[in-house]
Amino acid sequence: MTADVIVIGAGIVGAACADALTQGGLRVVVIEPSLAVSGATGAGMGHLLILDENEAEFSITRYSRDRWNQMAMEMPSSLEYERCGTIWIAAVPEELPLLKQRCAFLQSRQVRAEILDSQQLAEAEPNLRPGLPGGLFIPDDAILYPPAAAGWLLKRAEQRGAAVLTGKRVTHIQAWGVELEDGSRLEAHHVVCATGMWTPQLIGGLPIQPRKGHLVITDRYPGFVRHAVMELGYLKSAHGRESESVAFNVQPRKTGQVLIGSSRQFGVTDARPESRIISSMVQRAIDFMPRIAQLSALRAWTGFRAATPDRLPMVGPVANRPNCLLCAGHEGIGITTCLASAGLVSAFILGDRPPLDPKPYAVERF
Amino acid sequence: MIEIRVNGKTLKVPEGVSVAAAIALSGHDRFRRSVAGQPRGPLCGIGVCFECRVTVDGEPHVRSCQLLCWPGMEVCTDD
Repeated sequence: MTADVIVIGAGIVGAACADALTQGGLRVVVIEPSLAVSGATGAGMGHLLILDENEAEFSITRYSRDRWNQMAMEMPSSLEYERCGTIWIAAVPEELPLLKQRCAFLQSRQVRAEILDSQQLAEAEPNLRPGLPGGLFIPDDAILYPPAAAGWLLKRAEQRGAAVLTGKRVTHIQAWGVELEDGSRLEAHHVVCATGMWTPQLIGGLPIQPRKGHLVITDRYPGFVRHAVMELGYLKSAHGRESESVAFNVQPRKTGQVLIGSSRQFGVTDARPESRIISSMVQRAIDFMPRIAQLSALRAWTGFRAATPDRLPMVGPVANRPNCLLCAGHEGIGITTCLASAGLVSAFILGDRPPLDPKPYAVERF
Repeated sequence: MIEIRVNGKTLKVPEGVSVAAAIALSGHDRFRRSVAGQPRGPLCGIGVCFECRVTVDGEPHVRSCQLLCWPGMEVCTDD
């Protein structure tokens, strides 16, 4: 037996699984076909946030965000963790009731949240266009640099004896372990498939689709933006099923750079950045923060989120796949939710009490 | 000759001179600092390398090799 558990995929989800499983005393091997964090983890923004469209989304993001905040003291500075908070913006007065409803919901669940009026919003983010009706401030949301965070989780797992094999492609998952492209076999009691948008290549019949996103990063303008700032309409873009949408979403980086998003596209597999999408995404940002037009952008890139039909991850046993657990489909919030998913995976394997009710994320719901 | 200010000091430069040349005339060889804090200055002189960026009239990250001085211009290099 090579290991107790083989984790396929060294993105942040696989890294969090390896971290949790080695914490439970298990011998873990992580197998990654490319380089670690070369998928969605290396392309994303790194926002640790609570979302509240439904109970399942709230539970998984709340548990995970709070876990990240608890771990902050142990994190090396290279993770660039910062509890900058999120500000959700109402673009028009008609959005204020929804903002207040979300605020009341979060407060009723003991999540710190407050409504900012027009003036408070302008003071919190001076580069927003004047006259915006208001915002919802969630002070305990945070940001970090995802590749460094995943690297840190992997390193912790390695310090507890895990092995990380990169450049090795798994071709088949079996009840006894995995088969690799070079014909070799690795045995394990359990296989965890943390393979994001590539999951359908290993396990057929799962409704996981790539959802392309673009990001732009600027030169250093310290203080230009202070919080993770998003329009309320982001939820419509993220939760909707339109083939194409953009939404205002900016973040400060530790260097003073501004990260500008976001876009969502279904049905595109070409990873090349599209100027049409970048233009409309940046224009959306300029609509909210006019001075963004004067900033100089350094780079634009794309990534693919692993999207499921209900935007919740698929975590748990897979029908007709003995000893195989799926942990994929985290769409655009895997940097946040990987910790809860990894907690569920380790509870399944160790037979522990799960950190949250696993039912909404069960693979067999589709 | 026109007058500009570089890091608060008045400097007389010939008309038509680039900001990079004016900064060099003022005796500065360090234009900015990298993310890691290393000193940086003009390298390519044709607007490609972005090493010569300075703040001009409050606008950060201006390529000094690509801009001509105007009277009263305020130029700031990194400390």
